[in-house]
Amino acid sequence: MSAILEIDRIEKSFFGIHALKPVTFNVERGAVIGLIGENGAGKSTLMNIIGGVVSPSGGSMRFKGEPYSPRSAADAARAGIAFIHQELNLFGNLSVGENIFVDGYPKRYGLIDRAAITRRTREILGILSLDISPGTPVGTLSPGERQLVEIAKALHLDAELVIFDEPTTSLTPRETARLFEAIDLLRSQGKTIIYISHILADVARLSDTILVLRDGTLVATRQADRISIPDMISLMIGRNLEALFPSRLSVPGEEIVFRIRGISKAGILENVSLEVRRGEILGLFGLMGSGRTELARMIFGLDRVSRGEIEVDGQPIDLSSSVRSRIRSGLAFVTENRRSEGLFMEAPIADNVSIVSLGRYASGPLKLLDEERVSEVASRICQDLRIKAADADRQPVKSLSGGNQQKVVIGKWLLSSPKLLILDEPTRGVDVGAKYEIYSLVDRVAAEGNGILFISSEIEELMGMCDRIAVMSQGEITATFAKPFTDEAILKAAFREQAA
Amino acid sequence: MKSVSIDSDIVRAEESSGRRGLRGSLARLASRLLLSDYFVFYLTVAYFILLLPFLPTLSNPANLSNILSNTWPLLVVAIGQTFVLTIAGIDLSQGSVVGLSSTVGGILIATAATDTVLGNAPVWGLLIGEGGGALAGLPGSIYLGIAAMLMIGILIGSINGAAIAYLKMPPFMVTLVSMIVFSALAIYLTQSENVSNLPDGFVALGKGDIVSVYLGAKETANIPRRQIYSLVTYPMVIAIVTALAAHVLLSFTVFGRYVYAVGRNRDAAEISGVPVKRVIMLVFVISAVCATIGSILYSARLEAGRPTLGEGNFLLDVIGATVIGGTSLFGGKGKIIWTFFGVLFFVLLSNSLNLMNLSSFHIDMVKGAVILAAALLDVARTRLMQGRLA
Repeated sequence: MSAILEIDRIEKSFFGIHALKPVTFNVERGAVIGLIGENGAGKSTLMNIIGGVVSPSGGSMRFKGEPYSPRSAADAARAGIAFIHQELNLFGNLSVGENIFVDGYPKRYGLIDRAAITRRTREILGILSLDISPGTPVGTLSPGERQLVEIAKALHLDAELVIFDEPTTSLTPRETARLFEAIDLLRSQGKTIIYISHILADVARLSDTILVLRDGTLVATRQADRISIPDMISLMIGRNLEALFPSRLSVPGEEIVFRIRGISKAGILENVSLEVRRGEILGLFGLMGSGRTELARMIFGLDRVSRGEIEVDGQPIDLSSSVRSRIRSGLAFVTENRRSEGLFMEAPIADNVSIVSLGRYASGPLKLLDEERVSEVASRICQDLRIKAADADRQPVKSLSGGNQQKVVIGKWLLSSPKLLILDEPTRGVDVGAKYEIYSLVDRVAAEGNGILFISSEIEELMGMCDRIAVMSQGEITATFAKPFTDEAILKAAFREQAA
Repeated sequence: MKSVSIDSDIVRAEESSGRRGLRGSLARLASRLLLSDYFVFYLTVAYFILLLPFLPTLSNPANLSNILSNTWPLLVVAIGQTFVLTIAGIDLSQGSVVGLSSTVGGILIATAATDTVLGNAPVWGLLIGEGGGALAGLPGSIYLGIAAMLMIGILIGSINGAAIAYLKMPPFMVTLVSMIVFSALAIYLTQSENVSNLPDGFVALGKGDIVSVYLGAKETANIPRRQIYSLVTYPMVIAIVTALAAHVLLSFTVFGRYVYAVGRNRDAAEISGVPVKRVIMLVFVISAVCATIGSILYSARLEAGRPTLGEGNFLLDVIGATVIGGTSLFGGKGKIIWTFFGVLFFVLLSNSLNLMNLSSFHIDMVKGAVILAAALLDVARTRLMQGRLA
C-alpha cells in the first residue's frame, strides 16, 4: 500500500504555546486510522490542520503524493478530504439535497437544477440505505441521520480521505451501528478514514492502526490488534488510571441539604426528584438530550418549571424567583459553557471572581466598592485555588489555560459560599493535570459540608468522584446507583429506551 | 505540569516580542501611549499645537472660551451614551429627548408668547398663552420646569429600558422608534416654532458666568467695550458635577461593575446573579436624564425651547465623540474620562474646521473620517492589548 497522506513535522503554536509539537506520520491508502488522546492533547488541532481550518506553524504535508497546504476548508474539500465535525456543519433550514450540494449547485440555463439535485441525492442516500426523501429539511432529522447526511456529502464530493471527529457523542446505539456500517461501506470503496473518539472500544473495533497523542506529541503508533484498551488509556494519560482521582476527604452526612421533588416541564422533564446530603457528591449521568443541563438550568432559575418543588437547606424556593435570589438561598452553578456563560473573557480575574459577591465589598447607599478588598480577595482565591496568574487585577481570564479558567469560575462561586454547587461538565476542555486539581477542589467544597451535583457525560469521572450516581434518560431519572458502580449498569440505565 | 510550562511560555513570548534598542523603546512608548487613558487627550493637545501656526485664531481667548462652552452640553449627553454603549446598547433617542424636553420646558416656563408665532400650536391656550407658560409667575417656576423636563427624560428612558430589558427588543429598533415618535411629538406641540422669552434665571444656566477673564479695554472705534471672556460658567459646573458623579457611579460602585458585566457577557452576568434587566433599565434612564440635562443647557444658551434642538447631526456628534474617546460599540469597554477627552477632541475638531471656512459638507466628511479612524484605532488597541497579555 502507498501513503495517501504524509505528515512531516507538522506543528502548531498559539501565542507561543505549543498545541501540537512536531508530529510525523503516514496514512496508508484505504486504511482506517484511530486517533485518540485526552482533551487538549492536540487531536483537533492536528485534524483542523489537515482539514484546512487552521494553518500549521511549521512542517509540511503531502496528499496523494503532491505537496498539500490547504488555506481553507474549501481547499481541503477540493483536494478530496472530507471533515465531519463534532458539531455538524449542516444547515437545518435547508433540505438534505441542498445540504449535500451546498458547495456548488448544478445549474441549468443559469438556474439551480433541482431535478438533478434530487436524482443524485437519492442515488447517494441509496448507497447508504438511508430511507429519507431528498427534500426533507435537515432540521427535522435525528442526530444519527444528520451524521449520515454528512457522510453522504463526503460521498458526493468523492472524498478520498474522510475524517470523523467524535461522530457518536450524540447518537443512540442503533444509530451508532448504522454509522459503523456506513464507515465499513466507505472502507470497502477504498476510502481512507481517520476516526477520532473518546469511546476506545469503538476505536479498537474500527481501526487498523491507532495513533495516540498526549500533550501535543505523538506518543504511540500501534496496530489495532496489538494494543489493549487499558494500554490505550495509560498511553493517553501517561500514568495509571488509579491516580486520576484524588482520594475523597468528604464523607456524606445525614442531613439533606438540597432536595427537588417532581420537577416537570412538558416535553423536557418528567417528574424528576433528587436529594443531596451534606458533604455528598451526587453524580448525574445522561446522554446528550437526556435533560441533565435543562434540569440544572431550571434548578438555578434560568428556565421556567411547570411543576415541582425545590428546597435548599430545608427552605423552599419559589419557582418564579430570580437567579439572584436563588444565589442568595445558597445555589451556585458552574455551567458547561465556560466561555459563553461562565466568564467575562476580556475582563481581569479579579472582576470575574468578585462578580457574584460584589455586595459584600461595598458600603453606603451608593454601594461604593472597596477596591482594595476586592483585589485582596481575588489574589487570595488565586493562591488558594492555585490559579496560575501573574496579576489578578489586570490579567484577563482569556489568557489563562482552560483548567485555570475553570478554577476562576469555581472560585467566584466559592466566594458566594453556596450550599449546593451544581457542576455541569466541569472538566470539559481541561487537561489531565488540571482535572485532578478540579476534582480535589470539588472534594474540598463537599468536605466543608456543602452538597455537590456533578453532571457529566464521562462515566469514569463520575465513578471516580461521586458517592451516588443518578442516571437521566429522556427527561426522567431512570436509576440511582450507590457504590460500587459498574459502567455497564449506568449505561444501560442511560439507554433505557433502547434496552427495553 | 503543563500549566507551569504555559506560564513560562507566556513570559518567553513577551520577551521575544519586546524588541531591543532604540526602536524597541520607541515601540514600547508608542504602545504605552496607545493604551493610556489619556491617549485622546494627548491627541487633542498635539492636534491643537500642530494646527496653531496655520490657524492662529484658534488660540484667541474668544475662541477658547467658545470651544469650552461647546464642550459642556455635549459632554453631558455623551456621558449618558457612554453608559448605554458600555452595556453593548445604543441610544438613538437622545436627540428626541433633547428636543421634546426643551420644547415642553419652554412652553411651561416662558414668560410671554405671541399669537402670531404660537397661535397654531395645539398647546396654545392650554399650556401657554399671551401671558406665558402654565408655570410662568409661580414661585420656583424654573425649578418646576426643570423637574418637568427631567420627568420627560425619565419617562422616555423608562419606555426604552422596559422595551429592551423586559420585552427583549433590540436597542437599535426601540430607540430608533423613540427618536422618530418623540421628535415628531416635539415638533407637533409648537408646530415647529421656537418658544422664546425664557426667564432670566433659566437663561443664566446656559451662559451665566461665575468667573470671567478681563483682558483690558477693547480697541474698537467709538464704542467703548471691555474684553471679557467667560471661563467658569454654570454649564461648566453642571457638566463637571455630572461627569464626576457618572465617573464614581461607573468606576467605583457595584452598579458600575454590573454595567460592565452586562456589556461584556450578558449570559454570564445573568448566571452570576447580576440583575441584568434592572441594570439595562437604569442605564437607559441615565442616558435619557443626561440628554435632558444637556437639553437644559442648550435651551438656556439659545434662550428658547426648540423642538428641533436634537435634530440633524446631533446624534453623530454624541456617538462620534463617545467612540472617539475609546468607548467600544461592542460593549464592556467605556470610561467617563475617555468620553470627556473624546468630546474635547471632537469639539476642537469642529471648531478648527469652522475656522478654516470649510463648508458644512466638508466638515461632515472630515468628521466622518475621524470617527472611522477612531474605530480603526480601537481595533488596533484591542489587538495590542491582546498581544500583551495573551
